[in-house]
This record gives sequence, C-alpha cells and structure tokens, in this order.
Amino acid sequence: MTAALELAIARRIGEFDLDVAFTVESGMSVLFGPSGAGKSLTLALIAGLIRPGTGTITINGHVVTDCARRTYVTTQKRRIGMVFQDGLLLPHRSVLDNVALAVRQANGRRARRAIARSWLERVGAEQFAHRRPGSLSGGQRQRVALARGLAGDPALVLLDEPLSALDAGVRSELRTLIRGVIISAGVPAVLVTHDAEEAEELGDVIVAYDHGRVTGTRVVERPVCPEPPPGSAQSTGPV
Amino acid sequence: MKREHSTAPAFDKKQKAAVTSVVVLLGFGLGFGAAHLVSGYIAYWDIVSGPFLLSLRVAFAATAIAGTTGIASGYVLAKGRFPGRDVLETIGSLPIILPPTVVGYYLLEVLSPGTRAGGFLTRVTGHVFVYNVWGCIIAAAVAAYPFCLRAARSAIEGVDPSLEQAARTMGLPNWRVALQVTLPLARRGIAAGLTIGCARALGEYGATLMVGGDINGKTRTMSLAVLDSFTTPERDTMLLILVLMALTAMTGVGLLGRSRA
Repeated sequence: MTAALELAIARRIGEFDLDVAFTVESGMSVLFGPSGAGKSLTLALIAGLIRPGTGTITINGHVVTDCARRTYVTTQKRRIGMVFQDGLLLPHRSVLDNVALAVRQANGRRARRAIARSWLERVGAEQFAHRRPGSLSGGQRQRVALARGLAGDPALVLLDEPLSALDAGVRSELRTLIRGVIISAGVPAVLVTHDAEEAEELGDVIVAYDHGRVTGTRVVERPVCPEPPPGSAQSTGPV
Repeated sequence: MKREHSTAPAFDKKQKAAVTSVVVLLGFGLGFGAAHLVSGYIAYWDIVSGPFLLSLRVAFAATAIAGTTGIASGYVLAKGRFPGRDVLETIGSLPIILPPTVVGYYLLEVLSPGTRAGGFLTRVTGHVFVYNVWGCIIAAAVAAYPFCLRAARSAIEGVDPSLEQAARTMGLPNWRVALQVTLPLARRGIAAGLTIGCARALGEYGATLMVGGDINGKTRTMSLAVLDSFTTPERDTMLLILVLMALTAMTGVGLLGRSRA
C-alpha cells in the first residue's frame, strides 16, 4: 500500500534547525510537541508554502519535493487540504463560496456549490452558508474551514492547531467532529497540536517533536468497536 | 417627564419683527441669487456643455487606462521580489512632482509625429496622438497614473499574505488568487486611488494644453475653457462645476475611507 505521506527533510531558519523524517499511512497522525518544536513549519513544508533546504516529500506516491533533483510541485498541484489555526476564511466571500472555491473535482459553479453545500452539511455548518466569515464565532469558522479543507477531494489534509484558539467547551465538541468527519471521509490527515489530551483523542499515530527533531512515534491504542449485528443501520453522517 | 422651562428672556414684539425682517430679506437675497445663478447656468449651458462633456470623457478614459496600468504595475511592485522596485515606483510617480509643462514636453517628444519616437509610433499604429482627443486622454492618464499606482501598491501590500497562501492550498492558480483574493481585498484602497486619479485627470491642465492643444470644440476641456473664458460671464459656471466635481470626488474618497474603517 502506498503511504499517504513520506517525508525526510531538513530546513534551517536562523538559529532553528529542523531535521525530521516520518511516514503517514492512513487515518490521523498527530505531530505533538511544545511550541517552537517545528511542527507548523513541517506542515508548511508539506504544503509547499516553504521550500526545504534538503530532502524529499512524497504525497500519495507522487514526489512533490526533491531538493536533490530540484523538484518542487507548487502548493496548488499538491492536492492537499489545509485547516489553519484561525480558519483563514476569505472575508469577502460567503461561507458557501469559501468552500466552493476549494472544490477542484467539479466544473461549473452549480456543481461546485452543490459539493460545497454537502460538506457544510457534514460539518453542521449549512445554516451559515450565506453568511460572511466575519459574522461567525471561532468554532463556526473552524467547522467551515474543515469543510473547505476536505471539499477539494484532497490526497492529504493538514490541520495546523485548528482548535488552539477556541475555548474548552467548543474544543471538545470540535475534536469529536474533526475525527469523525475525517475518518468517515477516508482521507489521511496530519494534525499539529501541543495539547497532549488532544493528541491522544485525535491521533491514530502520534509523532513526538522536540527542538526540530522527531523524538518518537507511537500508535494510539483504541478500543475496537464491536461489529454491528447484521441488518442494523449504520450512521454515515457526521459524529 | 417634566418639561424644562427655558430661562432665556422671551423676545418682545419689536425684536421678533426685526428678526423676521432680516430672515425674509436674507431669504429673498439668497433666492434671488440662486435664481440668477441657475438662469445664468442655463443660459451658458450651451457654451459650457462641450468642454464639460469632453472633460468627463477624457477623465473616464484616462482613469480606465491609468487604473488598468496602475493596478497591474502596483501588483507587480507589491508582489515582485526584484531589486529596484522603489526606484521604479519613484519613476512612475514623477508626474506628481514634475511641472506639467515638463510632462507635456516629454509626451510631445514621445507622441509627436515630428520626433523619432513619435514618428515610429505614428507609423506603427497609423494614428496621430497629438492635438486631438487622444492627446488629452494620454496627458490626463499620465497625470492620473501615479495616484493609481501608489494606491494600488499600498493596498495590495496591505492584504494579509496568509489569506493568499490559504487560497493556494485550495488549488487556486496564482492568477485566480490575484483576481479572486488579493484585488477584492485591496478594493477599497484601489478605489480611493482611482477616485483621486479621476479627479486629477479632470483637473489636468498643463500637459493637456501642450499635447492636446486648446482647440475649441475638439480638445478644449473644462480646465482649458476656464482660462479661455476668464473675462466672460460663463467663467462662473465653469468654476462652480469644477468645484462641484472636485467636492464630489473628495466626498467619494472620504466615504471609501470611512467604509474601510
């Protein structure tokens, strides 16, 4: 099986030296570590927003960065979805337009909007579709950002501390939503956090970071759900 | 709720009559003056309308040219990473600093069929760009360009780059990021620059005189017509129209600035 992400990169920025290597198979991988460990920098390098000094990055079997061969696939062609810490929704477009703009797999405004609307429904944000992002709360914005990150049929979703700016109650609610929606969509994801509880709750694999290095990788043990009895209904909606 | 009683002494009858007389006289005076002015403007409209409409045509065409080139070059200066960007902006801003006659001289050097550059331009395009309305438009566009350029660069630089990065992660190609993210987010600053540029194009005088000439019925804009009619009664009409146009433009800029806040 092709790994969703294979990465072995190094990048020096001023005094900070990042040198990491890990592989993401499927499910949710969490980059966990203190602030300034290089987690968000790693996401920016995977997204192609910054170029590494040396190394290679492979997404879904496609080499998107290979410094030795001077291969740098642009951010636009990497087929990634990204959820930023503060949402970064376009303030001059409606919520629906924000999500529809990210839809790559359909042509025509109507088709793109239909896909966008279905993703807004999956994250429980359909009622905000025609509002501007500025009128939404932090939690609502992150729901929309999650829909936008997934709407473009990405090969990999990157989530850069999506919950760190939210208060505790909303954070707990969105943790369940994020994991449920991403797992049900079947898209591999890499999430950055410095919150241990969040890392345990969201991650299938936890990649520990410190001072620009990977200090360990751990598979999170999850209780296996019993098989539903034959003929019983299975929920396909968001958790 | 109790009404408060005024402590000011009440007017007696004589005072009331005096105030009423003054108000009535002022009203008559203002009404008469306004009626006189309006009748004067109507009487002179035939004379004024030609330069007025030409000025509007020239200003809008010049703003379209200066706006397009100013926004495009402002974008390149804001987003480009090459040395000498500030030098280029300074060169682009020269028409603000240079006397209009100097700008007019250089424009004649470039556009006049009698010069090497102008002759080449005339042969290539098949058009003459001096002493016709094209001359007026080009002179006004050159005057308006620095305002459009500077406002566009400043507004585009003010757009949060992380929003543009977010758009790239959505798969939008760079030209769509520019058209659907950067320029819409910079629109208020750009619009303010276009408004000031348009006002500057309306008021352009020196270079227009040199490049467009002052041909009655052909290239005589309002600014030129004001000087030509300085000793005639229609001067007041033209002055008032120019002042009103300037006030409208500046009100537009003010409203744009307020909506940004």
